[in-house]
Amino acid sequence: MARITMREAISQAMWEEMERDPNVFILGEEVGVWGGSYAVTKGFYDHFGGERVRDTPIAEAAIIGAAIGSAMTGLRPIAELMTINFAFAAMDHIVNQAAKLHYMFGGQFVLPLVIRAVGGGGRQLGATHSQTPDAVFAHFPGLKVVSPGTPADAKGLLKAAIRSNDPILFIENATMYQVRGEVPDGDYVLPIGKSTIQRPGMDVTIVTYSKGLEISMKAAEELARDGIEVEIVDLRSLRPLDMVPVIESFKKTNRAVIVEEGWKSFGVGAEVSSRIYEQAFDYVDAPVVRVAQKEVPLPYNRALEQYALPQPADVVAAVREVL
Amino acid sequence: MAQTISMPKLGFDMAEGTLVRWLKKVDETVNKGEVLAEIETDKATVEVESSASGVVRRLLVDEGAVVPVNSPIAVVGTADEKIEEPVLQEAERAKPIAETGQTPKVERQSAAVPSLTLSSPAPAPVTETVPAPVEGPVKASPLAKKIALDRSVDLGRIHGTGPGGRIVRRDIEATLASQVSPVAGQIVSALPSPDNSTIRLSNQTLPLSKLRAAIGRRMAESKMSVPHFYVTHEYKMDALMDLRTQFNKLVPENEKLSVNDFIIKAAALALQQFPNLNASLNGNLVLQHGQVNIGVAVSVEGGLLTIVCRDADQKPLRQIAAEVKAMAARARDGRVKPDDIEGSTFSISNLGMYDVENFIAIINPPEAAVLAVGSAREVAVAENGVVKPGWRMKATISVDHRLSDGAEAARFMQALAVFLEEPLRLVI
Repeated sequence: MARITMREAISQAMWEEMERDPNVFILGEEVGVWGGSYAVTKGFYDHFGGERVRDTPIAEAAIIGAAIGSAMTGLRPIAELMTINFAFAAMDHIVNQAAKLHYMFGGQFVLPLVIRAVGGGGRQLGATHSQTPDAVFAHFPGLKVVSPGTPADAKGLLKAAIRSNDPILFIENATMYQVRGEVPDGDYVLPIGKSTIQRPGMDVTIVTYSKGLEISMKAAEELARDGIEVEIVDLRSLRPLDMVPVIESFKKTNRAVIVEEGWKSFGVGAEVSSRIYEQAFDYVDAPVVRVAQKEVPLPYNRALEQYALPQPADVVAAVREVL
Repeated sequence: MAQTISMPKLGFDMAEGTLVRWLKKVDETVNKGEVLAEIETDKATVEVESSASGVVRRLLVDEGAVVPVNSPIAVVGTADEKIEEPVLQEAERAKPIAETGQTPKVERQSAAVPSLTLSSPAPAPVTETVPAPVEGPVKASPLAKKIALDRSVDLGRIHGTGPGGRIVRRDIEATLASQVSPVAGQIVSALPSPDNSTIRLSNQTLPLSKLRAAIGRRMAESKMSVPHFYVTHEYKMDALMDLRTQFNKLVPENEKLSVNDFIIKAAALALQQFPNLNASLNGNLVLQHGQVNIGVAVSVEGGLLTIVCRDADQKPLRQIAAEVKAMAARARDGRVKPDDIEGSTFSISNLGMYDVENFIAIINPPEAAVLAVGSAREVAVAENGVVKPGWRMKATISVDHRLSDGAEAARFMQALAVFLEEPLRLVI
């Protein structure tokens, strides 16, 4: 067990899997010689060579298309999208091809494909480079959407994703690469599609994932000073969406706040709260409250950007609202 | 054409019924014979079946309303037909008259009254609604509603502290805590000196249930107006117990005969010879019934019901057993049919399963007599100077002295002995 950053955990997962399985390879913009825009693949090119760490043109449709083709023929590609905002340029390949090939060809192909995409706002990159469109991708059956909130989960889930025969969109939050946490050494693999309790409590259930976990943890500390103990459930994957720990927690607290970085409308919070009402109606003691990004294109101005993004104070206020 | 469904008359003395629950909603499809509502009469909760097929167009009374028999309670028609005014008007008559004293406009009504509504007698002009505890819907969280339901808490009496006055979990918990705290407090305070203080539970005032009230009314009336006398007889049950054991070896578990099934049959056969005990007094006339319908008292939640085994003298034992079992089950479930509880001519009340030596029952008017049956027990009996074990059972008949007297009742009890003590007579 070592205390390492999210970046190191992700890097470690890929390194170990590439050592383990020669079919695993990486492709993407600046992933090779440069070592990755976020330095996640630093040293990979020198160690594994240009055949397995392939720099590509700035052409997202080509990156994903090539990844799909190689996966269909038996390789296990890890395609990196410099930001998830560029995934829209490859949207047809992701949702029309990757998500459906196994189904459309009657199971003749499996698609052991991982698309790593960097998302999230808060770094003054402007409206088109700062989005958190996770829910958009979680909408499509056939595509798994995983997004870790801790370094340990990042390692365990990415290793599982690389070994999975399903196409998986693995979303990393750009502001969380420096987050540190205890990560098990060696072959640490987590099942995909299992939510988990990141902090136990009795008063209110917070359901969140990825960046929302960091925000919620800060809010939880502030609330604890007032004697309010929230229980934080980390979804870890949006599809499959594991509601079991959520419902169990909710039946205990009867109150829930859902925290996500993306927009509120048609978002993760909408889905989760709807399922709470469907599965635990008789346990509802207050309306479920959603904390999410304000409904605007994310501003460039630092103050405005921070104002539009969900903050720990917003979560604190929401928890007090449902109590 | 739309048809009105009316409050059925489920007994000769039924004047009104409470509409407990609608089982169909407006615009829901209903088939003829399907259950439309549950109503509560003096005696039981009964299901009302729709007499027409179609779509429920109108529910004319609210749940909880007390409705006179034959008053319209619902309109069933096709989905798109216009509900004719007379149908509605017929229905509407019930409410406004009681409230405003207006006279219904009879001349308008006569225009196109459907034959069905014409044929039904005019409804009595009263619809009395049980007052709701609170005006309008109570605002409460789903959890609060669930707890209130589970713990029988009246939400109307709770002050909500949630947003907009919503009742939430803590409000119910506070109410529940305040309800139990006095008792709990006394128990705690009683602990230091347990020898000279007593634990008192608080007094409780409960409404008399409709069933209890009906039983009370009928029994008081019977005991005050009917001159009862009583004759007790002890029966030798050895042969019957043996026969029953043999019989029950031959039939499946769910068809086993009870001692009471034998007694029903025996009493019915004995009554054939005693028309005065299978009779009703109607003024100066004695109505000796042509049928022997044995009423059997069944203990139900909150009271008792008398189910009726018709023509018990004509039916084989197994049929009697099956019928009684089915009716008793319906009675306990609160789902008796009108036929189950109407028309008895003689009743049997059996407390044998409670280890009762003997007891006395009150006559169920307008019947002439009731037989109270104790437990069949193995006792020491003296026969020809020798004491030996034997099965004995005591029964006491209560008889209306206006219709019969002691000697006749005693002879009936002897006649009953013939059947009970030579039980093969019950099966041949």
